[in-house]
Amino acid sequence: MAAISADNHGLRLWTRYAVLVLIAIIFVFPLVFMVMSSLKPDQQLLSDTASLRAFLPVGDISFHNYTAAFERAPVGLFVMNSVIVTGITVLFSLLICSAAAFAFVFLNWKGRDLVLTLILATLIVPFETYAIPLLLIASKLPWIGFDGLTWGWLNSYRVQIIPFIADGLTIFLFVQYFKDLPGELIEAARVEGASWYQVYAKIVMPLAGPVLATAAILKFLVMYNQYLWPLMVVQEEGYRPVMVGLQYFFQLNVAWGEVMAYLSLITLPVLAFYLYLQKAFIASIASTGVKG
Amino acid sequence: MSSKFLQSNRTGWLMAGPAVILIAGFLIMPFFFAIGLSFTNQRLISPNPTEFVGLANYRDLLGLATISLEPLRDDAGAVLMKDGEPEYPALRSFTRNNPDYPHLDGTREWFSFDRGEGRTYVLARDVVFMKAIVNTFIFVLIVAPVQAGLALGLALLINQRLRGINLFRAIYFMPVVVSIVVVSLLWSFIYDGQSGLLNNLLGAVSFGMIPALDWLGNPSTALGAIIAMSIWQAVGFHMVIWLSGLQTISPTLYEAGSIEGASKWQTFRYITWPGLRNTAVLILIVITMQAFGLFSQIDVMTQGGPLDSTQTIVFQAVERGYGKQDISGGSAISVILFVIVLSISLIQRWLTRERT
Repeated sequence: MAAISADNHGLRLWTRYAVLVLIAIIFVFPLVFMVMSSLKPDQQLLSDTASLRAFLPVGDISFHNYTAAFERAPVGLFVMNSVIVTGITVLFSLLICSAAAFAFVFLNWKGRDLVLTLILATLIVPFETYAIPLLLIASKLPWIGFDGLTWGWLNSYRVQIIPFIADGLTIFLFVQYFKDLPGELIEAARVEGASWYQVYAKIVMPLAGPVLATAAILKFLVMYNQYLWPLMVVQEEGYRPVMVGLQYFFQLNVAWGEVMAYLSLITLPVLAFYLYLQKAFIASIASTGVKG
Repeated sequence: MSSKFLQSNRTGWLMAGPAVILIAGFLIMPFFFAIGLSFTNQRLISPNPTEFVGLANYRDLLGLATISLEPLRDDAGAVLMKDGEPEYPALRSFTRNNPDYPHLDGTREWFSFDRGEGRTYVLARDVVFMKAIVNTFIFVLIVAPVQAGLALGLALLINQRLRGINLFRAIYFMPVVVSIVVVSLLWSFIYDGQSGLLNNLLGAVSFGMIPALDWLGNPSTALGAIIAMSIWQAVGFHMVIWLSGLQTISPTLYEAGSIEGASKWQTFRYITWPGLRNTAVLILIVITMQAFGLFSQIDVMTQGGPLDSTQTIVFQAVERGYGKQDISGGSAISVILFVIVLSISLIQRWLTRERT
């Protein structure tokens, strides 16, 4: 860091910013195009791609595409489904993975090292390699709900939630974090007679803020952007998440303005959330890279 | 670490239990299930009972054979020519029910090359899957170094002390939070053959010298177009990992370097790069594993086309196992993919261990 000291010679500074801005343009132009196009009627959207007008809010600007998108597909339902699935998965994931990591780091139990090794080994198994047998299993699992015992999990929230609650990466993140907590703190609490559950809930978890944010953000990104799995397991409209909902805009005549409006609708909230919590987002990705 | 604590079997299993059960049930079990299914003829819906078929699925996917043919000659012994090329006997006469060549039955031509007077044909039982393997490897071999290199360049760029640098860091990272499905749709617009932004841009910069191309509709550009887009989307992710590596390098090393009068390149070569070794290993492994999973881009943009030029292993696994409901074939592809990923991560681990 120190070697690359601030350099205030006007011209060099200027070129540095020019390079930074040029690269920034490469990264934002598709997103600017998406938002601007969502405000234009189809014909203008297509003709504008011939010039820089594609990136400017010019011509016949309106929110008509947005209202049309809501008419074409139950957008609110899809967003709600995604929020439900993502929210519940993140919550349970934080709870269950942190409890497991607590047991791996602080407790001494038979089989611990073997189980942890196995869980970390799952990190190199790509989801795509077991998606199809998982589909077969999910289609036959029992469930006891309001309508009694039913078989098969397809077309439900649970099939989108339960398989993704526990994963090796989240457990790994918690394990790494817990290892660095001061052990004396936990020993002291135990000496004073606190149960392990109290130690977990009252001492360790209140200290776990940063890793909770990291795990939540990574899980959020994975879950909100789910595509392959809901495509396979959800045929009923009632449970479809936002990415699968896209299909509605490609039936028969594709209205590109509506597509762009829908894309903006499902992307901009995440981008706003990201820009608001930018530091935490970037810190969370960076922490996956810290080798332990 | 926890040896200083007393044994607590019950609490340990109770707290780890839920996660262990979920991972065992929804990851480890389906994974072994896939291995089992790959030795059967299971289909999603089938009137016939499932049977054990041994390695038949693997043979159907990976079966390769070669055959060398002599060109056809006329009675005088001169090579027969057709459209300026020597004429060869029809391959079909060898690969369809020819009792003299039972091992070639059901194969198709993958590619051929001329050797001396004759021509050697490489035949595959599943030409599409062979193309999928080759495409996936091309994708990985290009994306891993290029994406890692660009990400490092960006990280070095963003690691400067400049006003507002955090804003640029945030912008470079932005595509990472956007769904790959959304990104793929947007880039379909960029690559479009008629009103595509890329064609318009190239046309404007070259004053119309570069002709418009249908980037995704052309077998020679489609995979490249998908590679460029994938790098665009993910490079910010690895930039941040490089950045965290850069920030672990002690500033005193840089101070020492500048006292010694090291040039910028020397500083990078002898201080920065050695400090990034662990990060480099991690990034290469992560990119490689992500790249082998290439699916969504293909599904949204090309469906494997044109002319199978963007088929990939995972796309084939899903198309077969789900689209064509051939569960056992899809499972066999999954197992093949896993074996490839496992061997590559073992090789990478071995290579990186060798040097330290």
